[in-house]
Order: sequence, then structure tokens, then C-alpha cells
Amino acid sequence: MVDDAESGALSAAIKRKATRHAAPPGLRQGIHAAVARAAPSEKSSGWPGWRWLQMASTLACAILASVLMTRIVLAPEDLVRVNDEVVAAHVRSLMVAHLEDIASSDQHTVKPWFAGKLDFSPPVNDFADQGFPLIGGRLDYIDKHFAAALVYRRHGHVINAFVWPVRDADKAKALSETRDGFNLVAWSVSGLQFWLVSDVNSEELRAFSQLLRGAKNSAQ
Amino acid sequence: MTDRTKRFEAAALPHLDAAYNLARWLLRDDQNARDVVQEAYLRAFRFFDGFNGGDARPWLMRIVRNASYSWLHDSGRHADGVEFDEDKHSQEQVSDSALDRPNPEQALLQKIEAARLDAAIEDLPLAFREVLILREMDEMSYDEIAQVVAIPVGTVMSRLARARALLRAALCQERGETNGR
Repeated sequence: MVDDAESGALSAAIKRKATRHAAPPGLRQGIHAAVARAAPSEKSSGWPGWRWLQMASTLACAILASVLMTRIVLAPEDLVRVNDEVVAAHVRSLMVAHLEDIASSDQHTVKPWFAGKLDFSPPVNDFADQGFPLIGGRLDYIDKHFAAALVYRRHGHVINAFVWPVRDADKAKALSETRDGFNLVAWSVSGLQFWLVSDVNSEELRAFSQLLRGAKNSAQ
Repeated sequence: MTDRTKRFEAAALPHLDAAYNLARWLLRDDQNARDVVQEAYLRAFRFFDGFNGGDARPWLMRIVRNASYSWLHDSGRHADGVEFDEDKHSQEQVSDSALDRPNPEQALLQKIEAARLDAAIEDLPLAFREVLILREMDEMSYDEIAQVVAIPVGTVMSRLARARALLRAALCQERGETNGR
């Protein structure tokens, strides 16, 4: 069996050079519209309605059960809530073609851009050499704070790194978990709360969090 | 927007680029890939109740993959390996000279132009192309690929090995030709 290690050069060439076809602009909105159109028709009598109803109620029970379990097992309410907000912000950033307000891989362009817009200074570093290129920044609003969203890419996946100030040390949060299929890592340092969200696998996201923690607050 | 719609979009939309990339490589056409992906998403939405949580990616990619195959089938392009014969393809000969040159190959791969690599991948039979894309671009595990393509893990591994051998042979052969040998 040809092992992956043996095919390293070929794999590397494909990963680096072969075209990754990004979804064309408008496809996301097209799907959004098509799904929205399809959704109400499920309730109308045109469909074998009661079968859907039955499925829906089964599903509702399953969701309720899983929500209850998550709440009990996972974390206190506020962690759950912030996680939800972070996941929602991440999904929204991917959905509405509003990934970044400032598109740049240059930390010296992104960092000053935040200066006039936030009352704190988020650390901005490009990790292209480590395989996590910076692709831009955005403003967001998480947990009742204006937050800096730093956007990184990993093998075509998007990582949103949210940063906001914590004034009260008691409210600093740390976690590493999976929610709705997204991986989340959070920690706080020097009065800043960091919250990463992405669909990259959890080990990679943790490795990325180590990079961020190790980085100096450069480009001041 | 209903709750179900929201959950569907949260689960499925993050994988849109991967879904489009797969369809585009299978169909080799922008417009068709676009149509097929949109249709596949709609299909996924209808069957979202059957999705039992966990990672939505293999589940979604399988639907996109099947929608691509249906499209190829309906448009009469089975010749492209839709009716795949494992034995026949596995017995195709790859010239040994192309495989026994690891060092020139490394140098070649480092220099190879993106367009030539793309063309060589596009020329692979469908069944090999798909496992290669899922493995190298989406970095899926053998297990996930097995789910997407609905074949045993062992078959994933042998197809992947075969895909790489064919690709190597194609690239080396091309180089031989351009060098006038």
C-alpha cells in the first residue's frame, strides 16, 4: 500500500498548486433563497403533511433532549450563550459575503484599521508561515462587547478569532469544545478574551490557539 | 426563517466551498457544478431530518457526490467511469519507468505548473479523481471518504494509491514528451 508519507511530494504539489474551486459569488444566496422557498411548502398540504409533522415532532424531541443534555453536561449558561453568539457570528460571516471589513494579509494594515474603531488594541499577527494566513479583520459584537474579528484561513477553511476586552477577571472564560459541528477554543490573557471558532479539526484549532498565545502583540 | 432552516444552514453552508470544489472537479464545468451544488443542497435540506448530527461534512459531500453522478448519468456521460470496473481499472498498466524515478519526480513536482497539474487531475478516471480530491484537498480520513463514496475503507486506500500512481505516470510522461524524449 502506498503510504501517505511516500506520496508526500505529490500530496504537497496538489495541496499547494492544484486549483481549489471556491463557490462562485451568489451561490450561497441562491441556496439560501431556494431553501427558504422550500421550507414553507413542507407545511402546506401539497406534501404528505402529517408524515412531516411526525418527523418534525420526533426531531423536536431529539433536539430538546440534546439541548437539555448539552446544558447540563457542558457548561454554565453564559458559556453556552457566548458559544452560540460566536458560532452565529462565524456562520453569518460566511453566509452574507461579509467575511472582512478590511481584507489584508498585512498585520500593519489590519491593526491600525482597528485603532479608530475599538477602545482596545487586539494583537494582529500573520501566521502564513505556519499555515494560518491572515486574510483580514472585521468588527463584531459579542457578549455585549465590541469585538475585533480576525479572519484566518487554514487549507480553505475559515477561522474567526474574536477578541474583546474583559474588565472583570472573574468573567474571563476558557474552554475547548465542539458545538454544532464547529470547534471552539477560548482563553483570556492580559485583559483580553480570545474566542476561536472554525470547522477546522480541533487539534489544528488548538495548535492555532497556541500560536496566538505565543505571539507578541506586534505591529503596535 | 424557520428553526430547521437555520440549523440546516448552520450545518451545511460552512461546507459550501468544499461541496462546490468536489462538484467542479467531478463535472469539470463551472455552470453545471453550480447547478448541481444548488440542487444537492436543496436535496440535503429535504433530507436534513435523516441527518443524525455529528459532522455534517461527509453527509453533505455524499449528497453532492451523488448529485454529480446523477447529472453525469443523465447527461449520458457514463463513459467517464460512472460504471466503474474495479478489476479492469486496477489491471491497467502504468509504465514502470515512470514509477521508478523518485528523485526526478520530486524535482518535477516541485516545479510543476498549476495548470498542468490541474489538467492531469482532470484526466483521471472519475472514481480515482474523487478519492484524490477528498483526500488531498479536503483532507478527509479514509473512513470519511468511505462514507462519501460508499465503498469499503480498503477500496478507498487502493483507489487512492492507484490515483496517485496514475497521476505520477501522467505527469512524468508529459515531461518526457516536452523534453522531446
